[in-house]
Amino acid sequence: MAVKVLIPTPLRAYTGNQDSVDLDGNTVGEILDNLTNTYSDLKRHLYNENGELRNFVNVYLGDEDIRHLEQGKSTPVTGDETISIVPSIAGGC
Amino acid sequence: MLNDTSNIELSRDEMERFSRHLILPEVGLEGQKKLKAASVLCIGSGGLGSPLLLYLAAAGIGRLGLVDFDVVDSSNLQRQIIHGTSWVGKPKIQSAKDRILEINPYCQVDLYETRLEASNALDIFADYDIVVDGTDNFPTRYLVNDACVLTGKPNVYGSIFRFEGQATVFNYEGGPNYRDLYPEPPPPGLVPSCAEGGVLGILPGLIGVIQATETVKIILGEGTTLSGRLLLYDSLNMKFRELKLRKNPATPPITELIDYEQFCGIPQAAAAEAEGSDEIPELDVSDLKERMDGGKDFVLIDVRNPHEYDICNIEGAELIPLSDIENGDGVDRVRELTNGSELIVHCKSGMRSMKALKALQTAGIKGKNLKGGILAWGDAYDPTIPRY
Repeated sequence: MAVKVLIPTPLRAYTGNQDSVDLDGNTVGEILDNLTNTYSDLKRHLYNENGELRNFVNVYLGDEDIRHLEQGKSTPVTGDETISIVPSIAGGC
Repeated sequence: MLNDTSNIELSRDEMERFSRHLILPEVGLEGQKKLKAASVLCIGSGGLGSPLLLYLAAAGIGRLGLVDFDVVDSSNLQRQIIHGTSWVGKPKIQSAKDRILEINPYCQVDLYETRLEASNALDIFADYDIVVDGTDNFPTRYLVNDACVLTGKPNVYGSIFRFEGQATVFNYEGGPNYRDLYPEPPPPGLVPSCAEGGVLGILPGLIGVIQATETVKIILGEGTTLSGRLLLYDSLNMKFRELKLRKNPATPPITELIDYEQFCGIPQAAAAEAEGSDEIPELDVSDLKERMDGGKDFVLIDVRNPHEYDICNIEGAELIPLSDIENGDGVDRVRELTNGSELIVHCKSGMRSMKALKALQTAGIKGKNLKGGILAWGDAYDPTIPRY
């Protein structure tokens, strides 16, 4: 099942400047693992030392934060969804 | 908003000025009185603050508060449209007030020429109905959020990065706040600021106007606000997306203001930055000039990005971006170029070249850091180099 993962500007340096990548997997977790295996530099930006998603990066399946999904990273995907990585930004000047 | 409008009157001149609002059923006379009775505090009068202040002033908000300690710089004018060329070098809040009163002389403008701090935020916020966050850094954003939660004020949020923006309304009618969205900030340096990474000048215009729209809607009590929704805007692809934003039960309650610099890791990062820096020798621009004029054997490496090199460069400098040195690709090139000669490294102002030299040092290559970078060189010897 290929799912589109949207890569935000600050992290595109680690995906060869691609703004989205299509990745295979049956669950959100599998897709994210596939992502960080393919682009290994992304891993330390998305996860802390304990393998938890960092507190300044959110991942959404469709429009829902995966932290709020009942099955979390085990939530199955059908291939129609989009996964978005949305990091904290602070610019305003 | 629950402001009492019974004592608010509109003069004939105000009626004419706001007539396009008055004939709009969703605003009308009562709505215009609400706007006049309202007070809005804007933190920052830069990229986001400029457009939103212009529109809030034009819309007829009765009292606007401005918090900013900065002065207008010519590099601001590409996006901070409330300020004009004649205000360069003068305080931003004075410039903004001047422009606001030119647009709407009925607006009361209160100025706070200070940095927003944990020590003054609660007192300043207490005097306003709504706070709009137009700041540019993580510590102030968490401070604005926490102070809004503690004083019970809605926090109209917008932030930008290069070509992308985010907007929402925090702490409104029991809705989520910034800490529900992001419990913690990224470590310093991970997300470059506008000054480091650049920003499309038009971008804050759009996000700031969204913030102004949400502010006016809250005051009028009309429509559906962005509370509980995070709006994402991608200007390059002209796409808007919306994500659900919920309260996070795991977020600890906010009970007091804290040390936000500490919370955001700023002093810790500065200490880490300084560590080992004293082992890297520095070189003044006058020493470089001496070497050039004396025809000495040295290699000058510029570790800025290629598009910065295009803006200006020092004659004879070889471009090897810091990212190439840090990922190892550029190290061998430095070694080849140096080949026994004295190595001098520069960037814009000296920070990145320091990082490059630390990375090179671990690879066994020693060199000197040009103090103050190309900006110091330009100030001393080359007036054609812009302070970009």
